[in-house]
Amino acid sequence: MSALVIKGGRVLDASGERVADVVIDDGRIAAVGADLSAPDVIDAGGCVVAPGLVDLHTHLRQPGREEAETIESGSRAAALGGFTCVVAMPNTEPAIDCAAVVREVLALGRVSSCDVRASAAITVGRAGERLTGMAELAGLGVRLFTDDGNGVQDDRLMRRAMEYSSGLGVVLAQHCENEALSAGGHMHEGEWSSRLGIPGQPAESEELMVMRDIALARLTGATIHFQHLSTAGSIAMVRAAKAGGLPVSAEATTHHFTLTHAECASYDPVFKVNPPLRTAADVAAVKAGLGDGALDAIATDHAPHEPERKELPFDEAPPGMLGLETALALALTELDAPLAQVLALLSWQPAAIAGVAAEHGGDLAVGRPANLCVIDTSATWTVDPARLASRARNTPYAGRTLTGRVRHTLLRGEPVVLDGEPTR
Amino acid sequence: MTATRLHRHILSVADLGRDGLEELLKLTDTFVEVSARAIPKAPALRGKTVVSLFYEDSTRTRLSFETAAKRLSADTMTFSVSSSSVKKGESVRDTVETIEAMGIDALVVRHGSAGVPLRVAGWVHDRVSVINAGDGWHEHPTQALLDCYTIRQHRGGLEGMRIAIVGDVKHSRVARSDVLAYTALGAEVVLVAPPTLLPPSLEGWPVTVSHDLDGVLGSVDVVGLLRMQTERTTEALIPSLREYTAGYGLTRARLDRLDDKVLVMHPGPMNRGVEISADAATSDRAVILDQVRNGVAVRMAVLYLLLGTGALS
Amino acid sequence: MAERERRKTPPYGGVFVARTRVMDGDDVHRALWRMAHEVLERNQGADDVALVGLQTGGVPLARRLAGNLEQIAGDVPPVGTLDVALHRDDIGVRPVLPEEVTDIPFDVDGRTIVLVDDVLFTGRTIRAALDALHHYGRPRAVQLAVMIDRGHRELPIRPDYVGKNLPTRRDEAVDVHDDGVDLGEMLK
Repeated sequence: MSALVIKGGRVLDASGERVADVVIDDGRIAAVGADLSAPDVIDAGGCVVAPGLVDLHTHLRQPGREEAETIESGSRAAALGGFTCVVAMPNTEPAIDCAAVVREVLALGRVSSCDVRASAAITVGRAGERLTGMAELAGLGVRLFTDDGNGVQDDRLMRRAMEYSSGLGVVLAQHCENEALSAGGHMHEGEWSSRLGIPGQPAESEELMVMRDIALARLTGATIHFQHLSTAGSIAMVRAAKAGGLPVSAEATTHHFTLTHAECASYDPVFKVNPPLRTAADVAAVKAGLGDGALDAIATDHAPHEPERKELPFDEAPPGMLGLETALALALTELDAPLAQVLALLSWQPAAIAGVAAEHGGDLAVGRPANLCVIDTSATWTVDPARLASRARNTPYAGRTLTGRVRHTLLRGEPVVLDGEPTR
Repeated sequence: MTATRLHRHILSVADLGRDGLEELLKLTDTFVEVSARAIPKAPALRGKTVVSLFYEDSTRTRLSFETAAKRLSADTMTFSVSSSSVKKGESVRDTVETIEAMGIDALVVRHGSAGVPLRVAGWVHDRVSVINAGDGWHEHPTQALLDCYTIRQHRGGLEGMRIAIVGDVKHSRVARSDVLAYTALGAEVVLVAPPTLLPPSLEGWPVTVSHDLDGVLGSVDVVGLLRMQTERTTEALIPSLREYTAGYGLTRARLDRLDDKVLVMHPGPMNRGVEISADAATSDRAVILDQVRNGVAVRMAVLYLLLGTGALS
Repeated sequence: MAERERRKTPPYGGVFVARTRVMDGDDVHRALWRMAHEVLERNQGADDVALVGLQTGGVPLARRLAGNLEQIAGDVPPVGTLDVALHRDDIGVRPVLPEEVTDIPFDVDGRTIVLVDDVLFTGRTIRAALDALHHYGRPRAVQLAVMIDRGHRELPIRPDYVGKNLPTRRDEAVDVHDDGVDLGEMLK
């Protein structure tokens, strides 16, 4: 492949912002500077050239629910959203809990539009009973373990998982939900659930598990990453734990800082998600946490579902919403934060948590792998579910006009998105 | 041209507002009269087809709607979804679209999940009206209308009435609709229940709350009892039915202390001996059969308003 | 259809503007006396006669007619009211809401029923009234009294007692009220 140059943009990475062209050769950054040239030219006039985004929380549904999403379609959606790396959640069918499934996901990921990293389950079948072969799976490249879709309910088992994993250089991530409290709940328990007659789950069901895992982190010294935190109470506890020196990290999703439980008044299951959409005060707390470092990353919790399953009655429909193609634009539109901070939350900070910082999210420096995205920060566009690359259509943002759009995405030096269109 | 009607659907009491409620109550007078005729039937909805789509067994509500439709000379069909055929997997939307394609005018929808009638209303096309016949814990608007009508019939109106709704408010669609309707018509509502059987939040509800039925009974005009599902004990919401009855049941002793004018209401089916004693259910103060009787007239009014009052173009 | 009902009905709603006074209060008064005599003559007394006023314009006329019959014959005949909204043939075509509750507080079987309305126009209201009436029983005979017959019949219906025959254009409107009868137009 011949060398190419990204011309006319402003480079923005963890080390700062400067006007520069970027030459890419053989999948790596070959030069960064003024007035560079190469045989192929990609225009970045008026745009920001940044490290590719990293999603800590993507449901690609393969294997098992290919009607909703495949690694091919999901990675294309990721690339369109500016992501060069996604961490695939293990709640597939079968679950990613053994070497065979990890290998399958990684093999499919190798020919896709972004770098697909497999997470693996903490417990076999995500059943919360026996630990998976973490050492073997870590040897295959798994860096993040989670039973996502469920939290590990058993206190002693979670303690053992934290102790055992701490010697493996991996991260345990928790979907925080105390199921004894949340059971039967389909939205946030509060004003709207009471009015709508939909069984709710209280904020405390999430907070109890955050509280427990902070205690276990103190007990075991292990690191823990909190997934999709959604309540003011959870974020306050993480903030305090960090201040106390515990090695915890946390993410929040785009929908938890853009939507509230009032959306459920339509009874449209497109607004059903777990953890559920919360109150306006919780939304404000998520924004504050992203602003002050209590939260380390924005994740998508991209959760595709077949249209017919999202047409079920609210309490029968599966939870989850699409996120990959709208995350960056939502962050740019809805967060009152400088671009550098948005990119920190979407790129280099999650890259560090996922253990992919050697390839993703790093500075645009000579010799680094060329995983990057070119963002037109002033472009406005309207979300049209029919035009999403995901196989599913369950975006809660249909019709919403957003500012900021990914123009190009390059994976290992190859354009996978050019002028907003996927190339693979 | 799209025809818009005076009212297209009846999904929630909240959509009706005070004017809509009063209009329907006034219209109900007409149908009470029709029901009293030698031939209790009017040709108003001749040629219209009303389909009951019931995903939850409720013989009494279904019969009430079907009687109402037949008294207005509409054709009726029932699509009763036994739980076994639901498992065969046809989605609600597919079922609705199939029935709609047969050329119908109204769908009366009962479903165990909140919000289904609202969703169905979004799926049907222009000519079909959707009536909520009870959705999960959410609403049961025609029950609220017949409750209001019954109170109005006995007490002249709801303005200034003090009404106690007693029992499992949390899981009750009847309570949600009644609260909206009673307060819209000027009544004062007090919810009487143990804290576990109240909704987790009452923000925005124009009600007061009491956990002391005896303290409330002396000051109310109407006592509306809610059905107590026996499975609430297994969910640890109440320790036992016996304890519930002791605190919140309309027992013989409580009945005796009620003023003669106080109305005792129950949406049925009753658990005699639990939320209501047999004495209370058959006492002069009980207007439970009036509720059933008025239910037919109220549903005639609803059907007539939706299907009989024509198109405004 | 009764002009009054029509006036209140949303798509036809409007303001009645009178152009010509066709009967004054005295004329209506005299017409009702004459009609009372005609009813007695035709039925050889008022023994089995009952009056049914059609909502809303026919109701006050039926009450006045009953008062006249009482003064002439000694007994006040039973008076009922009938709202034909539920029996109309244009239900579903235009908004029709009942104005008042029907009230027929007597046994219809075997009686001679005199339907009373203010204006006879197409005849469709009367057809609906005949339909409604048979749901209450089987009258021996049904007769029709109207204050104004304005022509333009669309059904084979004719009045038995008429206050005044009034030739009209279809687009005109007639308003019967306490002080007389006006011919005019409905302004939308």
